[in-house]
Amino acid sequence: MNFLSSQRLLNKMSKISELSLTKIVNGIKKKDFSSEEVTKSFIDSSKKSKKLNTYITECFDEALEISKNFDKKKDYKGLLSGVPIAVKDLFCTKNVKTTAGSKILHNFIPTYESTVTSNLWSQGAFLLGKLNCDEFAMGSSNETSFFGNVKNPYGEKLVPGGSSGGSASALAAGLTPATIGTDTGGSIRQPASFTGTVGLKPTYGRCSRWGIVAFASSLDQAGPMTNSVEDSALLLQAMSGYDSKDSTSVNKKIENYSSNLTEKIKGLKIGIPKEYRVDKMPTEIDDLWKKGIEYLKDAGAIIKNISLEHTMYALPAYYIVAPAEASSNLARYDGVKYGHRAVGKNLIEMYENTRSEGFGNEVKRRILIGTYVLSSGYYDAYYLKAQKVRQLIKNDFDKAFKDVDAILTPSTPSSAFKIGDKSDDPVSMYLNDIFTVPVNLSGLPAISVPAGYDKNNLPLGLQLIGKAFDEQTILNLSLAIEKRANFKKNYSVWWT
Amino acid sequence: MSIDKDTVKHISKLARISLDENKVESLSKDLTSIMKFIESLNKLNTDKTTPLTSIINASLKSRKDEVKDGKIRDQILKNSPEKNDEFFVVPKVIE
Repeated sequence: MNFLSSQRLLNKMSKISELSLTKIVNGIKKKDFSSEEVTKSFIDSSKKSKKLNTYITECFDEALEISKNFDKKKDYKGLLSGVPIAVKDLFCTKNVKTTAGSKILHNFIPTYESTVTSNLWSQGAFLLGKLNCDEFAMGSSNETSFFGNVKNPYGEKLVPGGSSGGSASALAAGLTPATIGTDTGGSIRQPASFTGTVGLKPTYGRCSRWGIVAFASSLDQAGPMTNSVEDSALLLQAMSGYDSKDSTSVNKKIENYSSNLTEKIKGLKIGIPKEYRVDKMPTEIDDLWKKGIEYLKDAGAIIKNISLEHTMYALPAYYIVAPAEASSNLARYDGVKYGHRAVGKNLIEMYENTRSEGFGNEVKRRILIGTYVLSSGYYDAYYLKAQKVRQLIKNDFDKAFKDVDAILTPSTPSSAFKIGDKSDDPVSMYLNDIFTVPVNLSGLPAISVPAGYDKNNLPLGLQLIGKAFDEQTILNLSLAIEKRANFKKNYSVWWT
Repeated sequence: MSIDKDTVKHISKLARISLDENKVESLSKDLTSIMKFIESLNKLNTDKTTPLTSIINASLKSRKDEVKDGKIRDQILKNSPEKNDEFFVVPKVIE
């Protein structure tokens, strides 16, 4: 290859990694470029991104090999044919290390594949690598990972949000065409908002939890993280579906989110909950919310003021339910079956030392809170109380959805904050999820769509909450906002 | 409810996490602030509310009790930090 043609190839490759998932899928089908060219382009940008610290495990050689085989066979039947995708390191991947961002699983190599990732692979995608996240998905800033904090493309000193921070940062920086995360209290939507990307938490039961490292089983749900609403519809379609191996997976037909996607939303009723206007919220976020209302009005939606009166109790209830479930789920890490093992004089001491060395501070705090609220004599006062509050929060939504088709709120009470700013104060960190947590407690679908910037040029997102199993409506509304907000990536590349 | 140092030690025993003495103090402070935050729920009267037990409006389906996998001993043992051919190995539990 002469210099000029290799230069042309290089230009083409760098452009590929700036394309949307949908354009890449179509480009491969139309033979505008090969799967190998796509894969090389993302490997190339990923290799230059060490300073972002998004990858825990790179599968670049394997991905390249698969892409070459794909180009030989040319099977375009899947929704994601020939596309490399890096995923959050919470999804078990067969024969590829899966750490959950924890020391206690630093050497764990699953012998099985999670249902959600295997759904992606059956649609023709393949694994590019495993992305950093908060330890066991417990965190809102990606600072709790054993593998170090991830940085936000919008600033070297900024967190990408969490817990799917590695996924959000890799996506925003063009290191993967799309990615998947998990959302227990906002872990897809909050980092999406902090990085100017689209993050969707599906209805509880829409995507199988089988093979995902468990945090809080009644709240955990996997979902797509993408650069556009169109991509979100496509990836949701590829990953969701009933799975008999997850007893809470719901047997409903997978809708064709992509072909049903439309910005024609005339006549839909949108609720604006007054309880989401919180103290000390920057005026920019309030302004963005008003803009969102205008965008939807412009598209023909009808705006209605609503009340979700128990909103203020969602976060404290969450901090009973989630740690309680986590303390049970994480009991399996005992140094016997897998992962890190410490020495001890006897079995009990081995357990205690293993868990002390293996878990980080935030995970320990949550296990201890969970153990406390479930301990003898306290169950009714805490866990039962929280389940009652959860019912009240769900009732609020049920009532609201009698009058409206979807609810519009800000995604987060602030833009991305500085690394270290909140890591000493657990409660101030928890307050990040104030707008996202009620959705998890109620099992509803919600999406964060980038809608503007604050005065420091940091992205801000708007959240749309839908009725159970009505992902289509919130995707359509997001599309209407996306078209009108005309959000464009706006950072200078500092990490290469 | 404040979580004093003795309570921290008690629950870490229950959770099988050994703690350095110098960590107990800061944990007591952190856990107390988290519990204070949680206890704002006490302002809410829930006497007449039934607790939410399932978020999806469906009861769990039962299935036939048949073996669909199995014979994967080596896979199960594969990630064990200490094993012999057929077993997990743990520190001696019987004198």
